[in-house]
Order: sequence, then C-alpha cells, then structure tokens
Amino acid sequence: MYDFLLPDMGATAPILLVALIGVVLVVVDSFSNDSASIPWLSGAVLVAAITIELARVGVTDSAFMGHVMSGGFASFVNVVILLGALGSVILSVPYLSRTGHNFGEVHALILIATAGMMVLANAGSLITLFVGLETMSICLYVLTGLVRDNERANESALKYFLLGAFSTGFFLYGIALLYGATGTMMLSDMPAALVETGRTGFFAGGVALLLIGFFFKVSAVPFHMWTPDVYQGAPTTLAGFMSTASKTAAFAALILVLGRILPLDDVGLDTRHVLAIVAAITMVVGNVLALAQRNIKRMLAYSSIAHAGYILTGLAAGALGYAGALYYLLAYTVMNIGAFGVMSVLEWDGKQGAEQTIDSLAGIGSRKPLLGVAMGVFMFALSGFPPLAGFFGKYFVFAAAVDAGLTWLALIGVLASVVSAYYYLRVLVAFWMKKPEDAHVSVQSAAFDVPLFSKVVLVACVAALIALGIVPGFITEAAGAFFVTPEATALLP
Amino acid sequence: MLETFLFFLFAIVAVVGALGMLIARNPVSSALWMIMTLFSIACLYITLNAEFIGVIQVLVYAGAIMVLFLFVIMLLNLESMPSLGDLDWRKVVAFALGIAVLAQLLVVISLKLDVMPEPVAIAEAADATSATNIGIALLTEHSFSLEIIGVLLLAATVGAVMLAKKRFV
Repeated sequence: MYDFLLPDMGATAPILLVALIGVVLVVVDSFSNDSASIPWLSGAVLVAAITIELARVGVTDSAFMGHVMSGGFASFVNVVILLGALGSVILSVPYLSRTGHNFGEVHALILIATAGMMVLANAGSLITLFVGLETMSICLYVLTGLVRDNERANESALKYFLLGAFSTGFFLYGIALLYGATGTMMLSDMPAALVETGRTGFFAGGVALLLIGFFFKVSAVPFHMWTPDVYQGAPTTLAGFMSTASKTAAFAALILVLGRILPLDDVGLDTRHVLAIVAAITMVVGNVLALAQRNIKRMLAYSSIAHAGYILTGLAAGALGYAGALYYLLAYTVMNIGAFGVMSVLEWDGKQGAEQTIDSLAGIGSRKPLLGVAMGVFMFALSGFPPLAGFFGKYFVFAAAVDAGLTWLALIGVLASVVSAYYYLRVLVAFWMKKPEDAHVSVQSAAFDVPLFSKVVLVACVAALIALGIVPGFITEAAGAFFVTPEATALLP
Repeated sequence: MLETFLFFLFAIVAVVGALGMLIARNPVSSALWMIMTLFSIACLYITLNAEFIGVIQVLVYAGAIMVLFLFVIMLLNLESMPSLGDLDWRKVVAFALGIAVLAQLLVVISLKLDVMPEPVAIAEAADATSATNIGIALLTEHSFSLEIIGVLLLAATVGAVMLAKKRFV
C-alpha cells in the first residue's frame, strides 16, 4: 500500500545520506580515538551528495506526498548548500585542530545542520519547513558556542540561542495561523484553500509572523542584531558556514513560500512592498554600520547583512528576481567561504579573531602573497567589481527590481554598494599597502603555515568567482528554468 | 447528561487545582496542585473522544514537564514566598474585573469579525485525532519529517553533552 516510500527515499537520497553519515559519525567518534578519518568521511559524503544533486538538476520531482521537493530548484539549492558545507569542513579541520577543538562531534553537527538546511530549502509543506529550520538552528547554536573557554563565544552562543528560540516562536505562530486560515499544511494547496475559506485576516497575520521568522534567519534589518555578535564569537570557519549555507537555505525556503503562497493579489494581499522596504533598510543599515567596524569578522557580519538586503531586492521584484537571487546566493557562498577561510588562517589573538583589528593584518599581503591575492579577489567580488561573480549577482537582482518597477530600490542598492567599496578596499589597503608597525605581530603571523587543503579551497573559490563572472549564463539559465515565466527568462542574458 | 456531569466535575477540579497552585505557599505543593489541574484537563480531552491528546497530555505535561519543574524548584531552592496576607486584595479584584472585561471585548470583536473557526462534530474530530490515524500519518505521510526529527533530537543531545561535559574544554 505504501510502496511509494522506497522511490521517495531515492529522490531524497542526498538529504538522507548526509543525515545518516552525521549519525554514523557520532557512533564512530565514540568508539575510536582516531578522529583523522572523520573529516574524510564527512567530506566524502558531501561530495557524493553534490554528485547526486548535480545529476538531478534536470528533473522536477517531489517526494513523501509532496512534503519534500526534489530535483530542479531543490537540487540547485542543495548543491550550493553542500558546496558551502564542503568548503567549511575542509577549512575547519586545520583551524579547529590549531585551536584544539577538532572533535568528531563537530563534523557530525555540521553534517546534521547541512541536512536540516536541505530539508528547509526543499520544503513542500509547513511541517518540513519547520523541522528543517529547527534541525539547522539547533546545530548552529551548539557550533557557535564550541570554544567554551572563550567568553565572547559563550555570549554569542547564548544570544543566538535565546533570540533564535524567540524567532522560532514567531515562525511557529505564523505556521499555526496559516494552517488555521487554510486548513492545509501543503504550500502548493494554500492559495486555492485560502480562496475557498476566505480567511484573509488570519492568513495575513500568519504571513507576517512567518516573514519575521525568515527575516531573523537571513538577518535582515531590523532583525539583524544577533549577527555581528554571533559571527564575531563563533569559530571563524563555522561563521563562514553559518553566513553562507544557512542563509542560502533560508532564502531558498523564502522563495518557495513567496512563490507558492504569496501571489495573492486576487485576495488583496501584496507582500512585495514589505520586502522592498525591508530590503532598502537592510542595505543601508548593513553597509553604513560596516564602515565603522575595526574587527574583520564583525565587518564581514555587517557585510552579510547588506548582502541579505541585495538578495531581498531580488525577491521583492517577484518571480522576475528569483533566478538572479539564486545566482547571487551561489556567488555569495563562494566569496564568503573564501573570505572567512582567509581570516581563519590569519588569527593569532587566541580569541577566534574576535579581538583582532584590521590594522593588525598590516603588510600580510606581501608576506603571504597567496592569501593576499585571494583576499583581494574576495573583497572585489563582495563589493561587486566586474568581471567577478559579485558584480553579476548585483546586476541580476537590481535589473529585476528595475523591471518590476522598483527603480528607487535599485537606486538605493547601487548607492549602498558604492559605500560598501570603502570598507572592503580598506582591508586590501591593510593587506598590501601598510607596513607592519608591531614586529611582534609580524613574527606571529609568519609562524602560521597555510595548510595545503586550505590553499586548494581558497584557489578553487577564486577560480569559481572568476569563472562565474566570465560565463554567468549557464548558471542563470539553469536557475531561470525553475521559474518558467516568460518575463523571468527574457531578463537573462 | 453524563457528559455534562463529567465536564463540570473535571472543570471544577481543574479550577480548584489552579487556585490551589496559586494559594499554596510551598513550591512543591504548588507543583502537585498543578499536576491535578493537568490531569483533569487530560480527562476533559478524553470525554471529548480525543484519547490520544489526553494520553499525551498526561505523558508530556503531567509527566515530563512537571518533573522538570520539580527539578528546577529543587535546584533553585525557593524558600521565601510572599505570604497571602501581604496581597493587596483590591488589586486582585481589579485584575479579575479587567480580565473579565477583556474577555467580553474579545468575544464581541471575534463574533463581529467572524474569525472564530466553525465547531466540528465530535465524531469527526475524534476520528482525525485517534491514535491509529495519527500513527498511520506519522509513519507514511510524515515519515520523512519523523526521521529528521529523530536526527534533530540526537543532534540536540550531542550538542548539550558537548557544551556541558568536561572533556570538551
């Protein structure tokens, strides 16, 4: 009677595989003291999952009675999430070994968090949406507080946990109201059910609460307060993981929700104004506050807030902007993993880089040219210089906003990204053009070797940014095919 | 007739338990009074044919959560509770009246706006919430979510141990 469950497991194989290996790692770690095989195992399963998903980008499917999406959009997003996880795992091994926190459990939690993100990004119903969100969040709370002897890490983990639990409450109330208004948990059934019941008041309340939950997870202003503290206190490579993979998952879920239940003009609800206003505030506040930061991790946190604003601009444009937002998420993942990766090998304050100022990195570029050049590429990409991938990401979302009649929003975005060039380039000035004043610092900085695998990841990120920037077409075509409206495809080059 | 009798019986026990919880000056007796309330609410569920929710109410609230409460009471060692004589009874009356007016207003507003859901026949509701149907749904339609929740609970346990245990300093 329930024969469909077996093929459904095949359709969701990457999620199940990653979760399964996550559980297996917990067991392996408890039986063996040899933790060297654990990162290899988790790297291998991530590569396997990426391979499966790449093969499934062409098909569109759903599993478990529509509760989980599979193939197409879901596969594309999963690839981005898995790439972020893979980069973080590889960069984390030397970083965590150096700080003495390379436990098997960390890798298990990274894998389980990745599985949760994929569930969130592939959700077909409000239940899977919530389960995925919680799986992701709880693992991230723990990973934030990993370094227990660092007070700032404890503070940031507690802050993240309390605020996150609070936002989960909003999210859950939103789900309850949406269910009360429509009587269904399936995202695809919602618009029809809403027209039938006519409970738009309930529904609007649910949408508002749900959006608050999403805004918190993607750290949009005014729900961004936790981001700088958490990124500053968390272990650097894991902060990179949080800022890329979890944001990708949350944005993908937001696209699913917006695309499936919010084209509700026929019942008089239009969320695009809300998204546009939040996007504008987020871009302005994120970029302006980033100007004042002296700590690079904090600066990158504000920059990640600003980037959430750019992506929200794409979402505010409606279906026109979804493909651009997906391209942006891929580019953003690559450049942020790289930037946090560079910082992870340039930390010598013993506090996970929480107290290190930008000036302490003076002259690093000439001392470690590979890191200097790589950081240069990441900073130019983040600020949106052509021909790197960051430029085309911004171009796609802003062009979509203009086409959707939100010219003022695109204008704010362009001005905000002009401002952002100042703080990104300031890092490069410190890296290449300043002389180290403190001999002590330069001695310490020379003591760190850059591990081979970290070099490989950083070079791969640089190469990917250049490749994505030179030939953006194949990604946007793939992404555009998921939203097959004529307007959406006409926009793409 | 029996239904009405049972409803009022359990409802009165629930309200008495709630009042007892507020009036008791010993935190442990307060917790025990609260168990009485939770139990009679579970009985109310069962008289509505919602056996599953009733059993879960006993297991989760009267069982697990109350044990947690008792642990917290033990750990915090709450001793000095303000005595009842110190209460300003005028404030209590004002509070009760305020709540009553608010409730009336909410009822009037919700009737006017027609936001209250339609009541469902007991037989229909009982069918949807029977343990059999919930079990079938959990293991077929929601089997994926069930598995992921299992992984989530494991991750939470592992994380709690990681953050609390000595080896991980």
